Amino acid sequence: MDKHTKTPYEDLTCVTVDQVGVEERVSRLTKRSIKKESKVWALKMALSMCDLTTLEGKDSPGKIRQLCNKAIRPHEDLDIPSVAAVCVYPSLVRLTKSHLKGTKIQVASVATAFPSGQSNRAIKLAETHWAVEEGADEIDMVISRGHFLAGEYAYVHDEIAAVKEACGKAHLKVILETGELSSLDQVRKASELAIRAGADFIKTSTGKVQPAATLPVTLVMLETIRDHFYATGKRIGMKPAGGISTAKNALQYLVMVNETLGSDWLSPSLFRFGASSLANDLLMQLIKEKTGRYQSIDYFSKD
Amino acid sequence: MATKANRLEILKTYKLYIDGKFPRSESGRHYLVKSKNGNGIANACLASRKDLRDAIVAARKAQDAWAARSAYNRGQILYRIAEMLEGRKAQFMEEMIAQGYTVGQATNELQSSIDRLVHYAGWSDKYQAIFSAVNPVDSSHFNFSVPEAMGVVGILCEEKSALIGLVSLIAPAIVGGNTCVVLSSESKPLCASTFGEVLHASDVPAGVVNILTGSRAELIKTYASHMDVNALVFDASGESLKTIQSEAAANVKRCIHLMDDWSQAKSQSPYHIMNTQEIKTTWHPIGV
Repeated sequence: MDKHTKTPYEDLTCVTVDQVGVEERVSRLTKRSIKKESKVWALKMALSMCDLTTLEGKDSPGKIRQLCNKAIRPHEDLDIPSVAAVCVYPSLVRLTKSHLKGTKIQVASVATAFPSGQSNRAIKLAETHWAVEEGADEIDMVISRGHFLAGEYAYVHDEIAAVKEACGKAHLKVILETGELSSLDQVRKASELAIRAGADFIKTSTGKVQPAATLPVTLVMLETIRDHFYATGKRIGMKPAGGISTAKNALQYLVMVNETLGSDWLSPSLFRFGASSLANDLLMQLIKEKTGRYQSIDYFSKD
Repeated sequence: MATKANRLEILKTYKLYIDGKFPRSESGRHYLVKSKNGNGIANACLASRKDLRDAIVAARKAQDAWAARSAYNRGQILYRIAEMLEGRKAQFMEEMIAQGYTVGQATNELQSSIDRLVHYAGWSDKYQAIFSAVNPVDSSHFNFSVPEAMGVVGILCEEKSALIGLVSLIAPAIVGGNTCVVLSSESKPLCASTFGEVLHASDVPAGVVNILTGSRAELIKTYASHMDVNALVFDASGESLKTIQSEAAANVKRCIHLMDDWSQAKSQSPYHIMNTQEIKTTWHPIGV
């Protein structure tokens, strides 16, 4: 690790991932069958790991209020847990924070010229400072993909490190935007880079680029986290985001986390789902397990 | 070379029709369809609750776009189904005869089925005018009522017919902008499956009609209890009728209990379209 601290990006150029092997492993993991009590337990777990997200230009105070209410109490059924966090743009952090006062739900804010990251460092740091001052508990930053793909690892590393410093006490999630990274090799590199630069969480996507989170990409990132844990004993969190909309898919992610990293990671402090429509599908499945009736989206709140 | 006498015929497996595709049952199950004298004539998929659920998801996904099509276009598509059915008469005849029809019965049922589709195709852009109303109200509003599609309709076909019972229930439901999930006659499922192929070749968008074959006793409760089914059109009695009525109450599903001899020309009418329509009333302010 001494070598890493001196030149944090030197050995990144030779990383390769066995893509066929990853896909094979994923296809095995997705065939696990989870039934009855375990399923209910896993569905509740998945719900408690959700970062309810709204990242739209048209976000209004009304929508934020509704989203916060949903975050606190996703359904009238009292057995159902709150979600982990609400994720918004920096301008809405203060409002979100006020609605969530007195709860354990975190306020996450995107920053650093989300979603493209096309801005200079001063502006990115200023935005991060602002979001933290407004009360964000977690910062979701994007990496400069252009620089990363051009091989300027030092630039990306230093940028992440600077943002981490700007975060202060707030947790830092680093969005790799894997949909723009073109190969699993690059995903592995970016994950290592982000972790070394000080990320508390690594996150797949902004949700604004297709493809967003996929199982193979997540597996590569989880394996990076595992290797880092073996090397240093430090636990880094993981957040797949975008494109996960069904409970079935969410459970496949949980299986993968459990089998790659172990049950320590089955906690909202180390694993999150970034999603807007997933929560409703989880709720529908939970109510289905309870009542025996397949549910309809007509009877669940939209936001 | 095999002679005619010793050649072993292969039994076709008739598949389900879900979301514009022809899957086998996800459960992998099938059952033997028998002729009148007890010989196996084909295999049909024995749909599971999961298949039904998948079909309902597909029907829900297709519903908005189907209802948003112009009534005229839905009429064109229904007419196209009739044309395609006409073109595949021979196969339907063969299947009906294998399932116990006489040539005369099969011819009659096939012709009435085609005519029925044309009948409802014709009504596609006309029933609205007949069942809409401008209502006199004592305020400065223009008040009017129009029929609108209910949404996803579950259809449980009668047991005794192979085709006409199916067509007579599907056509009025879809012409009004509903999408449907159909369970065919359990003992005569072949034409239902083949009708799926006809629909597939007739510009009917994926998910608008989904056809399952299998055990009614097994699926009836899921049909009735599923919260995403807005209406259920069926022919049932005794215990199954009770199950439907009590389970359907959870989302106040419209239950349309029809027992008819579908072969009669009098069993087609725009009132059958109205069975799966809701009346929506609009209060439009005027004079302000």
